[in-house]
Amino acid sequence: MDLLANLGLGFDAAFTVANLGYCFVGVTLGTLIGVLPGLGPVATIAMLLPITYGLQPLSALIMLAGIYYGAQYGGSTSAILVNLPGESSSVVTCLDGYAMARKGRAGAALGVAALGSFFAGTVATVAIAVLAAPLSALALKFGPAEYFSLMVLGLVAAIVLANGSLIKAIAMTVLGLLLGLVGTDVNSGAERFSFGIPELSDGFGFVVVSMGLFGIAEIIANLEKGERRDIFATTVGGVWPSRDDFRATWKPVLRGTFLGSLLGVLPGGGAILSSFAAYTLEKKLAKDPSRFGQGAIEGVAAPESANNAGAQTSFIPLLTLGIPPNAVMALMVGAMMIHGIVPGPQVMTERPELFWGLIASMWIGNGLLVLLNLPLIGLWVRLLKVPYRLLYPAILLFCCVGVYSVNSSALEVAFTVAFGLLGYLFIKLRCEPAPLLLGFVLGPLMEENLRRALLLARGDATVFFTRPLSLGLLLATAALVVILVLPNVRRTRDVAFQED
Amino acid sequence: MHLHILRRRDFIAGSLFIAFGVAAAGGALRYPLGTAMRMGPGYFPLLLGGLLALLGLAIALAALRVVPDGEGADDGRVEGVSFKPVLLVAVGVLLFALTVNALGLVLATVALVVVSGIAHHETRWREVAVLAAGLAAFAVGVFFYGLGLPFEVLPVAVLPAGLLA
Repeated sequence: MDLLANLGLGFDAAFTVANLGYCFVGVTLGTLIGVLPGLGPVATIAMLLPITYGLQPLSALIMLAGIYYGAQYGGSTSAILVNLPGESSSVVTCLDGYAMARKGRAGAALGVAALGSFFAGTVATVAIAVLAAPLSALALKFGPAEYFSLMVLGLVAAIVLANGSLIKAIAMTVLGLLLGLVGTDVNSGAERFSFGIPELSDGFGFVVVSMGLFGIAEIIANLEKGERRDIFATTVGGVWPSRDDFRATWKPVLRGTFLGSLLGVLPGGGAILSSFAAYTLEKKLAKDPSRFGQGAIEGVAAPESANNAGAQTSFIPLLTLGIPPNAVMALMVGAMMIHGIVPGPQVMTERPELFWGLIASMWIGNGLLVLLNLPLIGLWVRLLKVPYRLLYPAILLFCCVGVYSVNSSALEVAFTVAFGLLGYLFIKLRCEPAPLLLGFVLGPLMEENLRRALLLARGDATVFFTRPLSLGLLLATAALVVILVLPNVRRTRDVAFQED
Repeated sequence: MHLHILRRRDFIAGSLFIAFGVAAAGGALRYPLGTAMRMGPGYFPLLLGGLLALLGLAIALAALRVVPDGEGADDGRVEGVSFKPVLLVAVGVLLFALTVNALGLVLATVALVVVSGIAHHETRWREVAVLAAGLAAFAVGVFFYGLGLPFEVLPVAVLPAGLLA
């Protein structure tokens, strides 16, 4: 069977000492930043991007991917033990996880979260492997018109799922697209918006923008909020769930995994949306919904499975279509570009060892994460006691070093400050920065495909509607917009994001 | 009756987007536009700039209401900006940028940690000093020796760059 042969190839590539090592480093770092509130996977991956220059491409991707799904494991730890979402995707885990901890069942909650995540991770890995080939085949039929329409769909979906005001999210996306155009225009060679600054002839660095918006801006916002100290749950207790726990959670885990895998593939989806959706679903299905918020174990099992599944399946659009569905995947595009790999359907045929190696590493990484999270829980608990005032100068240093080392450019560090201040302003104005980053990555690609499509069609803009695949994608986009303006959906969306 | 700003936050955001959009569209006009079939470098930015300005206008207008005099509370005030963390973090990072080439990684790290480290509301000076020293040692050990990143470690005037490479 093709699939087994491919997975075999992947495990061969991933099972080297070096790659296992980087996988371990990645998931450990992921757990670490997942546990620590105020430091997310976007900022961490942005910081480490430049450092991966020297690595083999596969090792680099394995490590960076590990950070993302590792953070989903770590996020549950702080949510359950101190009622702080270490990761935004663990916000809902706080509700019942912390309630369980206060009843002395912290261990069971942690155990269910980790085992549910492992199961979800395994299923998601298989889903990627199965779906990758047909989707890549479809993507190979894409011309510039289809790619343009696909990016429109991706951006609109990202907007729909952003939290807060819709129109502000659209504006942020357009601003991101514009920022992406700074630098030399590939078609004419003209320098745009570079103000004669040589450092800008290649545009703003991806690391500069993401580190400013997600690193520095968040640090300033965190400092302003001041530290919140919640009481630690007293004892962790045994982490292996009891028979009753297993019986109560296997269905929620299955449902969470399915929902998360599905929502992760959607452009704009990923871990955060998946966990919210899974929690809502469990509450709807429960015989006694009033238990939720009082320590219902399903309320931990389902969202934790869902966020891990969603984190992993969000790699599917990136790997098969070359379109990043969320900010973390946008960073992965940057990582692949650094190594001269253009994300898209050709990766699977041209670099099969890279493609399948990354997929295989996810399963290995999930296994490592269970080992890291259950027996070593005491270590992470101690880490949670490190105060933020000692942490943020270190994070700032990583930001500075990360930006500087890309081009040995001090000016780019200064640009990062500018983006940091802009990002802080956006936080104040309640404008989500994630759509901006997505637009920033897609800007040049979108312009390129728009130009090519119109050149091939001799300037006839109807080309986007006359090619069936392109039309289908645009219809899907229109459907999304229509669904969104339906008052019912609007209300649910507003409620879902209220808790954020 | 008067025009009332219902949500100050949105009004500011909208104005900001208008400014960005107009600036981008204005800048784009300086480049050749071309035609839809053969787009010049100005075409797409002009399109996006115009779109952004329109979106900004919509956001800003939606934040305004005509209300009877003496009525209407602002339910979207911008929370106070705390200048201390903004200033100290920005200055700390800028100091790093300014000093890293000439004074080297060690002093740049110390400058960054000391300046931005006092932005927290319960800073302790001794802790900041220890942290600065520790992070400087960590930076040299990990970034310079461990990862081989191209830094000057010490001030360039004291040791010629060639000796450290």
